Amino acid sequence: MAKVLMKGNEALGEAAIRAGCRFFFGYPITPQSELPHYLAKRLPEIGGVFLQAESEVAAINMVYGAAGAGARVMTSSSSPGVSLKMEGISYIAGAELPCVIVNMQRGGPGLGSIQPGQSDYFQAVKGGGHGDYRLLVLAPASIQEMVDLMGLAFALADKYRNPVMILGDGTLGQMMEPVEFPEMIDPDKLPSKPWAARGAKGREPNIINSLYLNPLELEEHNLKLQAKYAQMAEEETRSESYYTDDAEIVLVGYGSSARVCKAAVDQARQQGIKAGLFRPITLFPFPKAEIQAACRQAKSVLTVEMSMGQLVEDVRYNLEFKVPVHFYGRAGGMVPTTRAVVSKITELVQEGGRSA
Amino acid sequence: MITVFERPKSLTPAKTHYCPGCTHGIIHRLVAEVIDELGVREETIGIAPVGCSVLAYNYFNVDMYEAAHGRAPAVATGIKRVHPDKVVFTYQGDGDLAAIGTAEIIHAAARGEKITTIFVNNAIYGMTGGQMAPTTLIGQTATTAPNGRDPEVQGYPIRMSEILATMPGAAYIARVSVHNPQEVAKAKKAVKTAFQVQLERKGFAMVEVLSSCPTNWGLTPLKALEWLKDNMIPYYPLGVQKAPEEVKA
Amino acid sequence: MLQEIILAGFGGQGVMSMGQLLAYAGMEENKQVSWIPSYGPEMRGGTANCSVTLSDTPVSSPLIDEPDTLFVLNRPSLEKFEGNVKPGGLLLLNSSLVKVEPQRTDLRVLKLPVDNLAQEKFGNSRVANMILVGAFVAITGAVSLDSVVGALKKVLPEHRHKLIPLNRQALELGVELAQS
Repeated sequence: MAKVLMKGNEALGEAAIRAGCRFFFGYPITPQSELPHYLAKRLPEIGGVFLQAESEVAAINMVYGAAGAGARVMTSSSSPGVSLKMEGISYIAGAELPCVIVNMQRGGPGLGSIQPGQSDYFQAVKGGGHGDYRLLVLAPASIQEMVDLMGLAFALADKYRNPVMILGDGTLGQMMEPVEFPEMIDPDKLPSKPWAARGAKGREPNIINSLYLNPLELEEHNLKLQAKYAQMAEEETRSESYYTDDAEIVLVGYGSSARVCKAAVDQARQQGIKAGLFRPITLFPFPKAEIQAACRQAKSVLTVEMSMGQLVEDVRYNLEFKVPVHFYGRAGGMVPTTRAVVSKITELVQEGGRSA
Repeated sequence: MITVFERPKSLTPAKTHYCPGCTHGIIHRLVAEVIDELGVREETIGIAPVGCSVLAYNYFNVDMYEAAHGRAPAVATGIKRVHPDKVVFTYQGDGDLAAIGTAEIIHAAARGEKITTIFVNNAIYGMTGGQMAPTTLIGQTATTAPNGRDPEVQGYPIRMSEILATMPGAAYIARVSVHNPQEVAKAKKAVKTAFQVQLERKGFAMVEVLSSCPTNWGLTPLKALEWLKDNMIPYYPLGVQKAPEEVKA
Repeated sequence: MLQEIILAGFGGQGVMSMGQLLAYAGMEENKQVSWIPSYGPEMRGGTANCSVTLSDTPVSSPLIDEPDTLFVLNRPSLEKFEGNVKPGGLLLLNSSLVKVEPQRTDLRVLKLPVDNLAQEKFGNSRVANMILVGAFVAITGAVSLDSVVGALKKVLPEHRHKLIPLNRQALELGVELAQS
């Protein structure tokens, strides 16, 4: 298929359809609205259902219903809306249902702004709602990668019976880049889900549930979930290392911040600085072995985020505090500039990589 | 041997956890009998709420969900949109449906979701310890309204059936009671109609069932049924609030 | 080749679609491209702007701090972005609306009264932007005129395709004015 120029939000919508998703439930919020706009038009054309719910809370519970009934289903929102979905996400994780949740982050806290942000990192990777659960979190940095990761998101959701979050930001949602879409997956040809509740014909009833009143049973359930997350860490980490082989300073960033970092690495290299970029693509599970390999030669590490410092905590933890990890972040919808990142690199290199 | 009484196929053999004298058991049975009679047990998906009937998924012998508090109508919407040919019902209490889940039930009705809701109204929060419900009557005591519900402080009880009957998307809305055998028979008829309306794809259907809570009302089971008749029915009148023409006739 | 462009003007001046046109033209030539609408504090103040990158290699960052080329369609945009243009960069200015002189002396500046020109020559002020795009093509060679004309089919909705010849004429006028 030929490449087309598309906005990130719209490309996500088409990618979901290609992945066999036929059900979308959501509530309008900036800056992700082009995604529901696209699906409202496109889903009915192919026999799917687009439903604008009365709230984010209702939307995520519709997802719970559709996922439990065996469908590939998705919802999308932006920061404040995702907070509202957290109750439902906890139930979905607890009941072990597959679904995809898109968060095109904006600045916070509270109503914040409608400008891009990355300050929902903790919420996305540490659980977000109540209870010991994790989402599998994918962080694309280009429109093509958004498309590719959408297919992966549905596959992983089904593989692990776990909600998968695509963590983007307003920049990725609004920008346009050329993309190529994969072939359409026929939802009727996907592997069946014998656990789904779709009428107990000739079998015992299936129950979609996250309630375990017996403490021992709930502990067992939690251990099972943890084993699943451990398997994800074993099998699903993804990352990109850019000029890290000889890098004395390694930048770490995800999503659109990583794009800025890449430009900064290019400029630093032109100035003769051995800079590199490590970009986690899975934020949970975090690519621990990969970041350690990427920072083998590093005298210092610089994490760049559109937040006041969230990813940086995981970077320090996963590098086991062996390398000084510095932080540069902007918030409120302010986007780090290449220039600012380059000057931070220069400053750190001059200091000899010591802790500031 | 002639069988004169047996468990409906749509109920499991599990022993329920309900208190002595609680009418949830009767209402469960009515729903199960209707599902059996309509021959849709293997096509039915039910949704249990948060509240006293939270464990209903253990009692109905059909595919079941446990929903978050108040969200059963949204969950039902998700299921029904995926499987429009299946029978989907929610079973909800007054806190679940008329307090925390008000938005979900109103919008499910507004959309005319082709689902059936069984709304059990006992004017109190049972499971969490007798707190005031959105349907608690004026003057009725509760652990969070120890001096009785005072409209100046806690406002007025909500009549959900009347509200939902105003919605064009609602096809069938009825209020029934289970305080005596005659009313139980009428209640069953209403439950059956509410499922038939769904099978005929006419729109949203709900039966509000006035129910007793001897434990939290502090009454014996029989006294509780009397209290229901004398206090709840005057405020929550029984009858069909809304029905398709052919059903009314 | 790496050409980073910021296009700025009032909302409704067609700045966004002008940027998309350049991105599509780049795609026609199998270039790596990106387009991104205004972000951050630039969204305030009644101006609309977008950033376009045309490149032979993958686009590192679509967010542009220092453009090679700045299209300025109104005065606030000049004040906002003039200082960011790379030394030696190109400033294309709609002098029908911008009556002040740029401050920078290290830029290549082309002032064209495109609103007036479009009205006088074509009786249609909506093609004013195309004159500036034509000039950009002639000066930078970042994309060819043919690619831009080809891209018009992608940017204009089907029912506006009859306007393509007119747009082409406006583009050609821009080429001509830039060369003279």
